[in-house]
Amino acid sequence: MERVVRHFQEELETLKQRLLAMGGLAEERTRVAVHGVAERDHEAIQVVLTGDEPINDLHIEIDDRCFKMLALHQPMAADLRAIVAAVKINSDLERVGDLAVNVAEAGKRYLQHPPVKPLIDIPRMGDIAQVMLRDALDAFVRRDLFLAESVLLKDDELDALKTQIFRELLTFMLQDPSTIEPALDLILISRHLERIGDHATNIAEDVIFMVSARDVRHQPFEAPGSGGSRL
Amino acid sequence: MSVATPSVPSLAGIAARRGQAPVPTDAPVKIDVDRMNFYYGAKRALDGISIRIHANLVTAFIGPSGCGKSTFLRSLNRMNDIIPATRVEGTVLIDGQNIYGPGVDVVELRRRVGMVFQKSNPFPKSIFENVAYGLRINNMARSKSEMNDRVEESLRQAAIFDEVKDRLHESALALSGGQQQRLCIARALAIRPEILLMDEPASALDPIATQRIEELIYDLKKNYTIVIVTHNMQQAARVSDHTAFFWLGRLVEYERTDRIFTAPAEKLTEDYVTGRCG
Repeated sequence: MERVVRHFQEELETLKQRLLAMGGLAEERTRVAVHGVAERDHEAIQVVLTGDEPINDLHIEIDDRCFKMLALHQPMAADLRAIVAAVKINSDLERVGDLAVNVAEAGKRYLQHPPVKPLIDIPRMGDIAQVMLRDALDAFVRRDLFLAESVLLKDDELDALKTQIFRELLTFMLQDPSTIEPALDLILISRHLERIGDHATNIAEDVIFMVSARDVRHQPFEAPGSGGSRL
Repeated sequence: MSVATPSVPSLAGIAARRGQAPVPTDAPVKIDVDRMNFYYGAKRALDGISIRIHANLVTAFIGPSGCGKSTFLRSLNRMNDIIPATRVEGTVLIDGQNIYGPGVDVVELRRRVGMVFQKSNPFPKSIFENVAYGLRINNMARSKSEMNDRVEESLRQAAIFDEVKDRLHESALALSGGQQQRLCIARALAIRPEILLMDEPASALDPIATQRIEELIYDLKKNYTIVIVTHNMQQAARVSDHTAFFWLGRLVEYERTDRIFTAPAEKLTEDYVTGRCG
């Protein structure tokens, strides 16, 4: 049996590798954008602003691969779920790439002003978003349900930090209207990072569907391992 | 549910593309057919077929029953010659030589252009003898050890050696349908053809045996030019590099397989691959 499905499995393996490459790029660009904002590194910001092409190219290439694999191999069951998941993960990663650019754009504006405050929570959000992305992709490659479920839990931390940043910056803006412009950009950045977390969450949900055929979207999250048949 | 009758394809458009190498590929042309007509008595079964089939690729012929795809396949090693009152017009070049030209040795042609049929048809002999037969009548093995080597090599190429190595001298008829078909492929490969024609090679097999044949086809194209006729569009999609769609004796579209199954140029091809006609 092993020999027989080799040809299709090779293509599936290549597809996974390409998705991983794209995930690596998206994660790296998020890291560089946040670093640029936190360390006031104009060069890093510029790198993110101008380097979206490789992700866009991969976006098209991966969709094309999936499209052809669906058309030519008519995959079933686990293979079908893997390719449908790959299509969706591909879109999520492309959006992450765009959001990294959005972070850099807001960062570029922010750097034109003196610092509003020392940045602590934004780098934390960046770290969490990156870990979520990395874990979601590791879960995809290793078909690891527990890791995927852990990503869903981390999303709450990101949401809480975003709310905290908003409240904190609101007080700055009320006290000193000259901080409004840069503070709004920081709020935007936190919003973009929170959205990156949402995309990592989507990827984790797709991994859970791919591995277990369980659809966990739009419902309260259950503790890891508690999922069973919904019949 | 009423299904719209597909309109007759734009034959002008099809004609415009005839004779061109339709498929971007670096592979050399192995079979070059130009304006070929084929007749069963007075009935024209193939109408102006022009196609270039490339070496070391798998080319699939698809189309509804009676569209001429099997007739065309059989014309590539003159297997139709044995049917009375058939006639061919146009040229079929293999490596530049017209196989319908005067003085062509048909036996030698069929050695170069092997064939595997829908229904496996092993000889009622041992597994070994099935493969050795062609070597023997063609004097292709000079010694017993060379014969043994060539039989083993052919069985390995057909991905069946491991399953039969301990019973080479038992009857081939005791093998399963899928094994018999792979044995027939081994038999065809033994005499080292350059081209392998396959006429529905997996249609009588279960899904697992079919998968084995399909993977085998994928492996064999490294060394052979393969042309396969299949009723099963999904099979054509899975195994072939190029696909030719036949309809009422005409070649409607010939393209890279991924194009045929994702974005065919002809409306008729689209209707066929989406199950709206045929």
